[in-house]
Amino acid sequence: MFFFQPTPPRQGSLLSRPRPPPATCVLVMLRARSALESRLWLEDEAAAPGFSLVVQAFQKPSLTMVFKSRRACTARVPSMLINSSSPPPEPGTQPTLTSCSSPPAANRTRWKNPKMQRDNGSGDGIPGTPSPTHGARVRHRKRSGDVPSDMNKTNGSNLLLNDRNKYKSMLVRTYSSLWMMAGFVFLIYMGHLYIWAMVVVIQIFMARELFNLLRKANEDRQLPGFRLLNWHFFFTAMLFAYGRFLSWQLVNTVTSDKLLYKLVSGLIKYQMFICYFLYIAGFVWFILTLKKKAYKYQFSQYAWTHMILLMVFAQSSFTVANIYEGIFWFLLPASLIAINDVAAYFFGFFFGKTPLIKLSPKKTWEGFLGASVTTMLSAFVLANFMGHFQWLTCPRKDLSTGWLHCDPGPMFTPESYDLPGWIPRRFPWHEVAIMPIQWHALALGLFASIIAPFGGFFASGFKRAFKFKDFGDSIPGHGGFTDRMDCQMVMAVFAYIYYQSFVMVQDLSVETILEQILRNLTFEEQHDLYEQLGNLLTRGN
Amino acid sequence: MQKDTSSSDASASHVGRVRHRRRPTEATTDGNRTNGPALLANDQNKYKSMLIRTYSTIWMIGGFALIVYMGHLYICAMVVVIQIFMAKELFNLLRKSSEEKQLPGFRLLNWHVFFTAMLFTYGRFLSRQLVNTVNSDHLLYKVVSGLIKYQMFICYFLYIAGFVWFILTLKKKTYKYQFKQYAWTHMILLMVFAQSSFTVANIFEGMFWFLLPASLIVINDIAAYLFGFFLGRTPLIKLSPKKTWEGFIGASVTTIISAFVLANVMGHFQWLTCPRKDLSTGWLRCDPDPMFKPEHYSLGEWVPQWFPWKEVALLPVQLHALALGLFASIIAPFGGFFASGFKRAFKIKDFGDSIPGHGGITDRMDCQMVMAVFAYIYHQSFILPQNYSVEIILDQIIRNLTFEEQKFLYQQLGEIFHEMQLMQR
Repeated sequence: MFFFQPTPPRQGSLLSRPRPPPATCVLVMLRARSALESRLWLEDEAAAPGFSLVVQAFQKPSLTMVFKSRRACTARVPSMLINSSSPPPEPGTQPTLTSCSSPPAANRTRWKNPKMQRDNGSGDGIPGTPSPTHGARVRHRKRSGDVPSDMNKTNGSNLLLNDRNKYKSMLVRTYSSLWMMAGFVFLIYMGHLYIWAMVVVIQIFMARELFNLLRKANEDRQLPGFRLLNWHFFFTAMLFAYGRFLSWQLVNTVTSDKLLYKLVSGLIKYQMFICYFLYIAGFVWFILTLKKKAYKYQFSQYAWTHMILLMVFAQSSFTVANIYEGIFWFLLPASLIAINDVAAYFFGFFFGKTPLIKLSPKKTWEGFLGASVTTMLSAFVLANFMGHFQWLTCPRKDLSTGWLHCDPGPMFTPESYDLPGWIPRRFPWHEVAIMPIQWHALALGLFASIIAPFGGFFASGFKRAFKFKDFGDSIPGHGGFTDRMDCQMVMAVFAYIYYQSFVMVQDLSVETILEQILRNLTFEEQHDLYEQLGNLLTRGN
Repeated sequence: MQKDTSSSDASASHVGRVRHRRRPTEATTDGNRTNGPALLANDQNKYKSMLIRTYSTIWMIGGFALIVYMGHLYICAMVVVIQIFMAKELFNLLRKSSEEKQLPGFRLLNWHVFFTAMLFTYGRFLSRQLVNTVNSDHLLYKVVSGLIKYQMFICYFLYIAGFVWFILTLKKKTYKYQFKQYAWTHMILLMVFAQSSFTVANIFEGMFWFLLPASLIVINDIAAYLFGFFLGRTPLIKLSPKKTWEGFIGASVTTIISAFVLANVMGHFQWLTCPRKDLSTGWLRCDPDPMFKPEHYSLGEWVPQWFPWKEVALLPVQLHALALGLFASIIAPFGGFFASGFKRAFKIKDFGDSIPGHGGITDRMDCQMVMAVFAYIYHQSFILPQNYSVEIILDQIIRNLTFEEQKFLYQQLGEIFHEMQLMQR
């Protein structure tokens, strides 16, 4: 396990306890500086080779994991010590290089992945320590607190202390999960605007985690104001994404005040231009702050910022677009991901045998398939359940916060199907009312069970590649926000695109478009549309 | 992108579309002037390299002029070909062949994502033109409109397929390399591809909006070289030590003035100013936009009696061209600085070697891309008639309704207008 901690040790983790220096394949404990050595990005492997091994210094010898090859272990540690500006090794700890070459197979533990599906058991063959009882929205993963319990069961020392730690960490996780769930339910009750605010807050936290992830503090000291550049790009992206998604809503909100209306519609008209100029300003600022020794670092950070904004921000912004089409389109995909997680854990726990993917060794095919079936079934049922609430199904046309009433749309109107002959003979039901939305929910469930876990694999692979344990530590017991949200983001984009392609178009009949034309366009614009449409049609004849 | 002030760089005589910069052979000539040995051989090398550059420049200019003459569709094809070459250069740039040997099929992933991006951008930019082109044949129309309706979904699924493929091909020892390549692919597509795709959107609004920004960049380059050559003294930026403030300012003035003049010259040709509504290749005739109609301003009181011109005919577009010129002279060079900084950061001399004497295609295009995006956004924000809502609804109609439904809508609208007219009487 990697106890790679980019921040001060967490409560209840191994690091906070005083420990004897390990005997095998352990390197210098550069505890204060480990956070820095961890941040490698586009750096030559040879430059800071053994830092992964540094991380292992925190562990007991029996659980040391060797990721690097022998070559890295034996040859380069001294160079790392020389190159880094870290303090000299603590007295009393000696780097022993010889044991790197052959870690005992029995002590090799599997990489405990922070992942979205339930782990297949919590330890190496120790079935008794899962924390399954968290509610629907808990993402579950092995935490550092669980490891000492395994280790000590293997080693047989200090059992009482570690049990206390294990329960303590489980308590911490349950506590934070409950708080997250309660907060989430509260926000759903409050409404669209508050959910939007929650998404924005989560995005800011995720961005902060990720910006800090690959920063190297020693290089950053030479570049004052460079972090500000990241935030500049972030807020430009926010202005752009929300301006595009919510332009209609904004306009509809401010129709009362003439001046404000002019201001807002002017902003919307020139929104693309304003955002572009903010971006160009950031681009020019970046180039003007390029410093001779730090070119590569700065370009890497620039690329990293863009990748974060693209992968994390853009995807989660689709959530907001979904919300305003109806909370249903946000709640259903999110619940499906949570259900998929929980179900995969349980199926893996009880039936798990065949490993699924090398990237996450604890996932199993049984867990995966069981979760798929469960997710699709629950999609079908949940869609029916949620479809009855107007609060969830009505689209919000403006940025108000009051109650919503609308015509449920053909999607949410139940249609009755007669059950095939043999059922009414045995059961009292003659027909079943199915909303058309339930069929679409099946498609969402299929995606949530098959493709969305790849978001989790991507995050796991990324953490392995760059040797992180977690993206952050905002949520006690769970890691950072990004750890919680990685599957959700993939799902949010899919839900938006699915809605735009298959659900919305069915609502766009001739009548609705005609109504839009008559309601939203001025007389001249209507005539203009009429002419253009005429040209379009006559070309085809 | 501005001209270097190197004294050994005598290729100032290239005209038109030459972008000029220090080349490896020039470095040797400088070095040898300092060192003194083998002068004759180096002179021969210098002239030889200059000849190669002139030759390739003339071919580029000739080819470009031919394509402009041929029309919009051929320019699009040229842009697509350039993009493919740029992508190939850049994909290869940060590849490490040692790692690549363990990962068969990884390069294919790059191209998959590239073609998905191409399908997406051109589908969005050219959906209207596509629909207008295939109205003749009903089966093809159904296919095309189906594709357009589900275009976003199709592209998304292709992207997700690439994403899943990427994850399934992650190999234990090469995680970091693969993630870096993935990030690099995205950065290339974002910075290079997306920007140059705006060129195509510009072209179909009227070749003027492609030709003018491109020419301004070229003029900026050449003017900066000449000003720097003759007057250059104070260095401009540490990133490119050969650029000077004199070159920069002189080029800015020149660019703005030539923007004003060029817009007038180009505005008189209908071939350049008419928007192309479909993907045909024939001649264009259209009513000139009010932007391109000359307005006469009299200069009565300001000029002395002997001045022959009493009034000036200005096209309104010339004022917009001033804004384009301002951007081309001040911001577009930063595209070149970015590319220079990038090459320094990663210790690369050139992006490639496709064009003899000039380096790769990306070396030539780095400023153009920044300009293309600006031209598009400027055009959308300030020049297009402000029928924002009409465009949206028309877009919806085209994307979502079948032919019969569109006709039905048209008839309904006609009836409503008719009724409203009757009611008004």
